[in-house]
Amino acid sequence: MKNQSLKFLQKSKKHLLETWMSNQMEDQALREDLMSNDELRNQSDELLTALLKTLNSDNIDNTQSKDFEQVSGILSDISVSRARHGFSPRETAQFVLSLKQALTQTLEKEYTDDPKVLLDSYIAINKLIDSLNIITFETFIKGREEVIIRQTDEMNEISTPVIRVWEGVVALPIIGTLDSMRTQIVMENLLQEIVNTGSTIAILDISGVPAVDSLVAQHLLKTVSATRLMGAECIISGIRPEIAQTIVHLGIDLSHIKTKASLASALKLAFSMLNVEVKRVEKNRQNNG
Amino acid sequence: MDRIPILKMGHFLLVTIQVDLYDRLALSLENDLINMVSQVDAKGVLIDISAVSIVDSFMGRILGNIASMTKIMDAETVVVGMQPAVAITLVELGLTLSGVHTALNVEKGMELLQKRIGKDQTGEEEDYDSND
Repeated sequence: MKNQSLKFLQKSKKHLLETWMSNQMEDQALREDLMSNDELRNQSDELLTALLKTLNSDNIDNTQSKDFEQVSGILSDISVSRARHGFSPRETAQFVLSLKQALTQTLEKEYTDDPKVLLDSYIAINKLIDSLNIITFETFIKGREEVIIRQTDEMNEISTPVIRVWEGVVALPIIGTLDSMRTQIVMENLLQEIVNTGSTIAILDISGVPAVDSLVAQHLLKTVSATRLMGAECIISGIRPEIAQTIVHLGIDLSHIKTKASLASALKLAFSMLNVEVKRVEKNRQNNG
Repeated sequence: MDRIPILKMGHFLLVTIQVDLYDRLALSLENDLINMVSQVDAKGVLIDISAVSIVDSFMGRILGNIASMTKIMDAETVVVGMQPAVAITLVELGLTLSGVHTALNVEKGMELLQKRIGKDQTGEEEDYDSND
């Protein structure tokens, strides 16, 4: 691309920004609910200024060069913030692609009489914007992945509450599929809570576990063994008929572990192990009255 | 060489491990403990490992060995106060110490020992009482 057309672009920055903005405004994908027009204009202005300042005839073919660090930085920030705000990939792509449109439109008006220059500039701009678009996408996906990782961490945090149901009895309802990562967290939480509360009985309720395969069963057995090593008894409760069937079909031996069908019966067993009795109290007053 | 003290409490022996066990120390503990059991005719051994934060397969095996040895000498072994991290490590190593009794702390361990051995013991004591 010739210096001449670049200089022209740099001179007509204001016009470019206006064209770009109006292109973005026209687009169906504009999300006024997620971002105000002023903010959009600021972002566009910042990017365009940096881009035009960086561009010269030597580096236009090479967006990997050091000159483009500032531009890629601004672009990355914009895409990451868009990913976090919940923009769709299409809307994010449109932001950069509409710049291409603005640039070509402006050049077209200026160089209608000089097709050779126009074609030259067209190709160069196409290349440039495409590589900028790739940067946008990489960072957009990265931003999304960060969100996913954070959510996974949060889910692991909240999904394993250890409940103290009685003096000396803790219960841990497991909800969702057990994988190695979660089992580790579940096990650590349970054991720590056993130490904290000095409980001698732990009830693992698996009624919220959708399926038990040999791996999950192995994880459960590990948890039970670790609890026993700490000096507490572990009862597994909430074994649904389907789960009982799969366990037997898989040939997993749970005979040396106390298992109960429901949390209620597990609690009953815990009471009898603690020599506690739950009794219905006869209300004499009512009888008298 | 360091030695781990073994305390005698009535019919029970109490061992509290407060340093990280290296192999030689563990072996000498095993030796001392078994000798002590036969010397004082102990009925129960209580090993407190609440201060142990690092454990390996050797240490796990030693604990298992002590339990089996005292068992054939007619004494029960209770391991108390195991840290969560230690329990997880042992399970991951595949050592579930199936022959060993466990308890949360020394107090509960004593209770357990008393419950397991108490029956014979109370029987004898009642005999002594009636003789007096």
